[in-house]
Parts: sequence; structure tokens; C-alpha cells
Amino acid sequence: MFSKLLHKQGRWLVLAVPYVWLLLFFLVPFLIVFKISLSSPELAMPPYSDMFLHEGSTVQIVLNFDNYLALFRDSLYLNSYLQSLEMAAFSTLICLAIGYPLAWVIAHSDPKLRNILLMLVVLPSWTSSLLRIYAWMNILNTNGPFNDVLLALGLISEPLELLHTNTAVYIGIVYNYLPFMVLPLYSAIMKLDHTLIEAAADLGARPLKVITSVVLPLTKSGIIAGSMLVFIPAVGEFMIPELLGGPDNLLIGRVLWQEFFNNRDWPLASAVATTMLLLLVLPMLLFQRSQNEELKGEKK
Amino acid sequence: MHAFGRLSRLALTAVAAALPLAASAADEQVNFYNWANYIADDTLPNFTKQTGIKVVYDVFDTNELLETKLLAGSTGYDVVVPGSDFMARQIKAGAFMELDKSKIPNLAKLDPVIMERLAEFDPENRYGVPYMWGTTGIGYNIDKMQEIFGKDVKIDSWEFVFNPENMKKLESCGIAVLDNPTEIYATVLNYLGKDPNKATAEDFSGVATDTMMKIRPFIRYFHSSKFITDLANGDICLAIAWSGDILQARDRAQEAKNNVNVGYTIPKEGALMWLDIMTIPKDAKHADAAHKLINYLLEPKVMAANSDAVSYANAVADSWPLIKPEVRNHEGIFPPPEVAAKLFVLKPLDQKTSRVVTRSWTRVRSGR
Repeated sequence: MFSKLLHKQGRWLVLAVPYVWLLLFFLVPFLIVFKISLSSPELAMPPYSDMFLHEGSTVQIVLNFDNYLALFRDSLYLNSYLQSLEMAAFSTLICLAIGYPLAWVIAHSDPKLRNILLMLVVLPSWTSSLLRIYAWMNILNTNGPFNDVLLALGLISEPLELLHTNTAVYIGIVYNYLPFMVLPLYSAIMKLDHTLIEAAADLGARPLKVITSVVLPLTKSGIIAGSMLVFIPAVGEFMIPELLGGPDNLLIGRVLWQEFFNNRDWPLASAVATTMLLLLVLPMLLFQRSQNEELKGEKK
Repeated sequence: MHAFGRLSRLALTAVAAALPLAASAADEQVNFYNWANYIADDTLPNFTKQTGIKVVYDVFDTNELLETKLLAGSTGYDVVVPGSDFMARQIKAGAFMELDKSKIPNLAKLDPVIMERLAEFDPENRYGVPYMWGTTGIGYNIDKMQEIFGKDVKIDSWEFVFNPENMKKLESCGIAVLDNPTEIYATVLNYLGKDPNKATAEDFSGVATDTMMKIRPFIRYFHSSKFITDLANGDICLAIAWSGDILQARDRAQEAKNNVNVGYTIPKEGALMWLDIMTIPKDAKHADAAHKLINYLLEPKVMAANSDAVSYANAVADSWPLIKPEVRNHEGIFPPPEVAAKLFVLKPLDQKTSRVVTRSWTRVRSGR
């Protein structure tokens, strides 16, 4: 009787931990940001108006939806949302193109070597990503090692201008997020039943056909998980484009910074952030669904 | 009852014993938030040696960053150094503590002319004490300029920079501009013969932006601290930036003996002059130590050593004779009267104009 109760309680506790975590570190901060997005800017500390106006015994709630309308009045916001989505989407595709063969090779190598290779994928994350991006600034510099090597090899006659270009931003994002693509792909490929590939080949499927109708569908969950893990943080990425990118890229992270810092307009900045979050909820829901499907599949 | 009485008495003694301890422990630290590359290496260690107060030092490179932290409140800093125009707005927002002037005897050593100028931003000088001041002018790689424009090239005019023909020739060797909309727009408007303090929103979004757009294709980046290293290394050859930072690039190149020679000019049309002001945030936890630090920094010997190290002028008149001649006599640091007469200061922008300035600057930055 007692152990049954403990069992029930324990389950409740285990479930409660992630929910409390989400509530405290996701929902509450989001509600604060959402509340600020409905106020108007003021020269005060903090620099926005109060939502609740007290007058004697009446409390008025003032909601200002103009910040959301303002996002449509200037094409700047829409353009930078689109540019951010585009950059994130291409980065995800490049990560997938590099990450899939990489994960395949790791998964099919000798078990001893496999652990070392996996280690090598994760190892760079042991230093701060800010430091690693600074290292890239150095590498890609006009007078930096990358150009030195190319010049020494005679491949180019004048140093390439890489730093402060979109190419540099792509290099930075792909480099930074590649482990997040490789790890879920690796685990999906490890689960792949190789007899199925053999069976397909025995039944006369050409290699391309084997890949498109056996391998890829069976590792779909890894592809989706990896892509989401790269795409979602890449949309809001601020540090990498700021350090490696040129001034002509106008990503949403930069626009947010400007509203917040240059314009001291916390309400509008909050509206930009809330809208970005809503844009990201859609892919996250898709991710959730594919995860659920995978769980169902395993239960069978 | 008896036992409780004793216990509470015990507790009271414990609190009483802990209080002075806590107070002195709190005073042993001061958190100082200053501009990057703006102090001599030994200033703060010497302060700690003299007073026993530990300094936690942290730096920023844009006024906007400091302002946002201040307006959010609870910065944790005890001394911060906003530019004068930003300070004026922050005073209105109630961000600072009024200075206890009895704790800063060195105030007497400040130059009255500069203090009077500062009073336009901070009436009666109640909240701030000037740290250093400088100008926003042109920094350049002397040899590269002579190589590209000939031996007799003279970089003494904003016309040189705002002429797209010239900038086109410098594109490949690199041009950097401060990522600072208010200062760069003021500079452009002054070049166009307009008073930046009387400019309308249309001036910013119109002529000033158009002028910048013409040279925009040739600018490599907009940043407010990176240019020092790049100018010193020869990675860029022209920067619209702050006097002292450019002269620090010159010093770094000389130390590295890399044959890069850097020059700084205040153009003949005049330039923006700015003052950075030491203030104490309203919620500073170590206000007493903050006053001590400010007083120490105003010590003529200390201030002279700082000017020597960072190539910026200061407002402590008594320190001027102590500054080394290369700095004291550099026209870009202590401009002669005829140049100084053409310097102008910037008043804070109102919220509406400020938004137009940011939006126009976004167009300039992105080139669209």
C-alpha cells in the first residue's frame, strides 16, 4: 500500500520537475516580455509605462497594441525576419549536408575509434563559443592564416576578403551548430537495421533507391531533430553575425538590439521578440509531433 | 522568559558585532564600469594599494549599452562613465545619486571653463565629474595615404572623407566608422554646414543619410573598438573615430615596430567634442568607496598618468603641466585655441528624433 503511494508520488515528482523548470525559466520570462510589449516607452527606470494605473480604489489596465502594428508599418522588421529565416534555413541545409555523411562514417567505424570520433565532435564545445568565434575572426582576417595558406599555395594572388561577409557568417553558424546536427543523426543511424539495406539491395534496388526509400525514411527522426536543433537557435543568433558578419546583414537579433539599446524602446523590442517566438513555435510543434510519432513507433 | 531574554541579547550582540564588520567589508570594494582602453594599467592597483579598496573593473564601448543597463536598474556598478549627452537624459530618468562634494576635495582642481560647459548637461554639476574628453575625427595610416594619394596628401578636411572618389580608392585597404549614430550624424551635419543641435528629423533622414550613403559602399565595417587593433596592424587604413583611441593605435604600432604609422586630425571644419562623466548610480552599494575612487582619479598626478597612457585630454587643470610633452603638445589631444573654437558639443536628442536617427542609421549600416 505504502510503496504504491510512494510510486505514485514519485512519478508525480519526476513529472513536476520539468514542468516547474519550464514554468520558471520559460513561461514566466515570456509573460514578462509579453507584458512589456503591451506598454509604451517612457524616460524612467525601467523605461516603459506601467500596465496598471491606480486611481483611488479603481485600477485601470492599459494595453498598448501599437507596438505590434508598428512591426507592419516599416518593412525593416518583415525583411529582417525573412533574412533571419533564410540564413537559418541555409545554415541548416549545409549542416545537414556535412553532418549526415559525418554521422554515417562515425556510426560505421570501429567501436573504439567511434568513441574518439564522437569525442572530437563534442570537444570544441568545451571552450566558450564566443572564444571560438573570436578564433574564426582571426583565421578569416585579410592578413590571417587562411589567406596566408591560400597565398602560399598559389591558389589566389590577392588575399580574399572573408571576414565581415555573409560567407563568414555561414562558416561561423555551421561550425558552431554542427555538433547539434551530428549527434541526433548519429543516434538515428546507429538504430538503423542494416539487414533492411541488404534486403533492399537483394531485391534489386539501386544504391540511390536504397538511400531514398530505406535509409532516409528510417533516419527521418534524426534528420528532423538535428535540423530543429540547428534552425531554431540560428534564427535568433546575434553573436555570430555581429562578430563575423558585415554591416549589410540585417538579422532580427540586430534589429532587436537596436530597438532595445539605440531607441530605448523596450516595448517595441519586446514585441519583436514575442513575434519571433511565435514564429519559432511552429517548427517546435512539428518537432514535438515527429518525436511523438517516433515514440509511438518504438512502442509497437 | 529568562532564557529567551538572554538569547535575544546574545543575538543583538552578534548583530552589533557583525554590523561594523559588514560595513567595512562592503567598503572594501568598488565596481567601476568604464570605457574600453581608457585608463593606465597601474591606476587601479595603485588605488587599491593606497586605500585597501578592491576595484572590480569592467568595460563597455557604446553609451547605449551603459544606458540600457542603467535604465534597467540594479547594475551592481558604483561608478559609471556616460558621455555628457547621455548623462543629461539619464539624470532626467533619475539614474544617479547626487554627489557628496565634501567627499571629493579634488573637485577644486577642475578647470572652471569645462565645468561651466558641463553644467549645461548637469545643472550645478550635481551628479557628475568629468573623467576625460576627446574629439571624433579622422585617423589614418600615413604611409598608405601617401602611397595612394601622393606624397603631398593633406588630410585636414572632412571633404577628404565625404568625397566618394577618395573613399573608393581606400576601399580595398579598409575604412572603419564608429558604430555611433549620434556622433557620426553630428559630424556629417557639421560638414554640411548645419548645426547638429538644431537639426530636424528630416535633416537626419535626408541630406545626412544621403551623404553617408555615397561613401557607404566603400566602408568595411561600423564598430566602436575593433578599429584600434586593425589600424595598428594595418588591416584598415582610415577610421572616423575617437582621438585617443586612434593615437593608442599609433602607440601600439610603434611598440610592435611593424612599420605602421598612424595619424589623427581634427579637420578644419571642426569636430564633435565629447566629455565622459563619472557618476554614481542611484542604487550603488558602495557609494562611499565610489566617492573615494572619483577623488583619487582627480588627483593631478593620477590624471596626468592616465592622459599619458590613453592620449585623451582631461579636465583637471592642475594635471596639465604634469602630462608628457608628446601628449600635452599634440594638437589632436589638446587642440590650440583656433581649433578648439571650432569644436562643438552635442545635446541629447528627443525620443522621436532619436528613433528617426536609429532608423536612418540602419539604412546607412545595411547600405539599403
